[in-house]
Amino acid sequence: MITLGHMLTLSAVLFALSVAGIFINRRNVLLLLMCIELLLLSANFNFVAFSRFLGQLDGQVFVFFILTVAAAESAIGLAILVVLFRERRSINVEDLNTLRG
Amino acid sequence: MNPNLLLAIPMLPLVAALMAGIGGRLIGRGAAAALTISAVAVSCGLSMQVLNELLHGAAAYNATVYTWLLSDGVNMQVGFLVDRLSALMMVVVTFVSLCVHVYTIGYMRDDPGYQRFFSYISLFTFAMLMLVMANNFLQLFFGWEAVGVVSYLLIGFWYTRPSAIFANLKAFLVNRVGDFGFLLGIAGVLYYTGSLDYQVAFNQAPEIATQTLHIAGTAGGWPAITVICICLFIGAMGKSAQVPLHVWLPDSMEGPTPISALIHAATMVTAGIFMVARMSPLFEQSETALSFVLVIGATTALFMGFLGIVNNDIKRVVAYSTLSQLGYMTVALGVSAYSVAIFHLMTHAFFKALLFLAAGAVIIAMHHEQDMRKMGGLRHRMPVTYWTSLIGALALIGTPFFSGFYSKDALIEAVHASHRWGSGYAYFCVTAGVFVTAFYTFRMFFMTFHGESRLDQHAEEHFHDVGWDMKAPLVALAVPSLLIGYFTIQPVLFGGYFGDSIRVAAANDVVGELGREFHGAAAFAAQALLSLPLWLAAAGVFSAWHFVLRRPERATAIQQRLNWLYRLLVNKYYFDWFNENVLARASRALGLALWRGGDQAVIDGAVNGSAGAVGWIAGRVRLIQSGFLYSYAFWMIVSLVLILGWFLVRV
Repeated sequence: MITLGHMLTLSAVLFALSVAGIFINRRNVLLLLMCIELLLLSANFNFVAFSRFLGQLDGQVFVFFILTVAAAESAIGLAILVVLFRERRSINVEDLNTLRG
Repeated sequence: MNPNLLLAIPMLPLVAALMAGIGGRLIGRGAAAALTISAVAVSCGLSMQVLNELLHGAAAYNATVYTWLLSDGVNMQVGFLVDRLSALMMVVVTFVSLCVHVYTIGYMRDDPGYQRFFSYISLFTFAMLMLVMANNFLQLFFGWEAVGVVSYLLIGFWYTRPSAIFANLKAFLVNRVGDFGFLLGIAGVLYYTGSLDYQVAFNQAPEIATQTLHIAGTAGGWPAITVICICLFIGAMGKSAQVPLHVWLPDSMEGPTPISALIHAATMVTAGIFMVARMSPLFEQSETALSFVLVIGATTALFMGFLGIVNNDIKRVVAYSTLSQLGYMTVALGVSAYSVAIFHLMTHAFFKALLFLAAGAVIIAMHHEQDMRKMGGLRHRMPVTYWTSLIGALALIGTPFFSGFYSKDALIEAVHASHRWGSGYAYFCVTAGVFVTAFYTFRMFFMTFHGESRLDQHAEEHFHDVGWDMKAPLVALAVPSLLIGYFTIQPVLFGGYFGDSIRVAAANDVVGELGREFHGAAAFAAQALLSLPLWLAAAGVFSAWHFVLRRPERATAIQQRLNWLYRLLVNKYYFDWFNENVLARASRALGLALWRGGDQAVIDGAVNGSAGAVGWIAGRVRLIQSGFLYSYAFWMIVSLVLILGWFLVRV
């Protein structure tokens, strides 16, 4: 029997994976974007899980909103990435330290 | 009296000064001279008319012409008090100024600053008239400072000479010291009377005399009137060059000779004397202040005279003589003989201006040579200057029937009659001063005009007697130098000329005492034949003749024998040395300490230090900014976790 606990555990694992991906990944900005997507999805997973177990639809409505925002965000993110690549000929995270103090 | 007429007297020279000063280039040299001379001439004529009206019984004019501002109940006004005292001063000032204006035509002929010079001396006439005509302390102070400024400008007239710039700065700074006291005195008057008007202050003088002033840091109270009078007199010490604030006057000889005659002999330096005489109702209330005045004046009269003996610069000898004569006037003030002081001021203005202008004529004839050791034997080459100088010199040493005799003898008699503390010392100083005066005056006279010619080649080549534009003022001044004492001593001193403008307490009235024994000017002169001063003067002239003309080698021998004394005199009692090495050095050290310690270390340290601290902190903090996205994200999430954790723990 799958309980809410399993769901939340899975969601937490996904969240931890994506955060670790953001921290540890030092190579590719694309991976960063994917990790952020995963982050949002793990949050979505929580919403869906609670919606199922509490018998309310509100959570699923939120998921739609979040998916929309995530789509828009990745569209803008990818666009920035393209421009960045044209400018720098690189999407290596290690190279992107212009803001260094 | 017509107020418009009175207003015209100071305003005409001011307008002329502005036109000659601002539009000097436009109107040219001749027009600038003509304009200022005619303005001063009209002023002089009007002043004489005012004096004439007053002599024929017109009432003194005392009114406000303009209210400048009203602040907290204190009226600051421009007003005129024209009584017989100020009218006499106005005539003296404008007459000497007129002579000097005319003389300047010749003296400054080759100078590029011709119009500027005329503008300055006209401006000076305006300022001096404002000073003597004032009816309140504020205007007095305005005139006081304005003559100081013009004096500064004129001492530094040849502004490319470092010595002139040094001298005018010195004059300005020394006068600041005096003015500080003067301002405190005026503040004291304002504090006790609540008004700047002369009449209010004079009428309340007896009430001020009953008050005491508590000065912080001193035990007990000071009599308020004494403090006020001494403060006012410190102002006079600066302006009238009394010891120890006299150091600027000899140096002021760096200026052109006409202004030495006008400003540093006849008029401006006597402003202090005039002021104390004007303040006689205040000074009469304080014996202490008058004794102070007396001692300072006596010291100046004798000890500055000594300096004239060792000097070889013709102008400086006359300058030391001026210092000494100013000391005489101050002594007269100190024994409450205010009218005698003003009388001596008047006669001195004429004969000293004459001596200065004569010295200037010699300097021009010698092509700007001032050293008397390079003169000699000019008697036949400059006869007019010779004879007018002789009149001036005889008047200065107090030869009977000359103007200086009447004022000086009356002065010495007044000191003799006084019983004030310090009058014994003063009597010794002024009597001994007669010998000294005669000695240095005729030493200068003989060195310049008699004996062998010691002209160097340069002076010999360029020698030319001066023209009549310079001789005429000499003659114009020689006449009053000769006659004015004889004709005016009776009315001015004993005829109640000053009336209410000078108030003397009955107990102090030494002039009244003299008046009881006065039987006409001629008898006064006859009496003097049996008195000490005349014989001292004769002895002085004889010694000068002996040491300069007959046995000059003896003077050198004495100089070598008394070398320490000679050094003391040549170094002017080390006043300059003291000022430069002690006072000036201490102020510079203090300034340096404040600059380095106060300004640079503390203030700049605080300002720059706070900026530096911000920079240092920022330098440390910026190391956190790695520029990597992942580290920002990491810190964001760590912080978020910490904040959430804190919330959870708290709940």
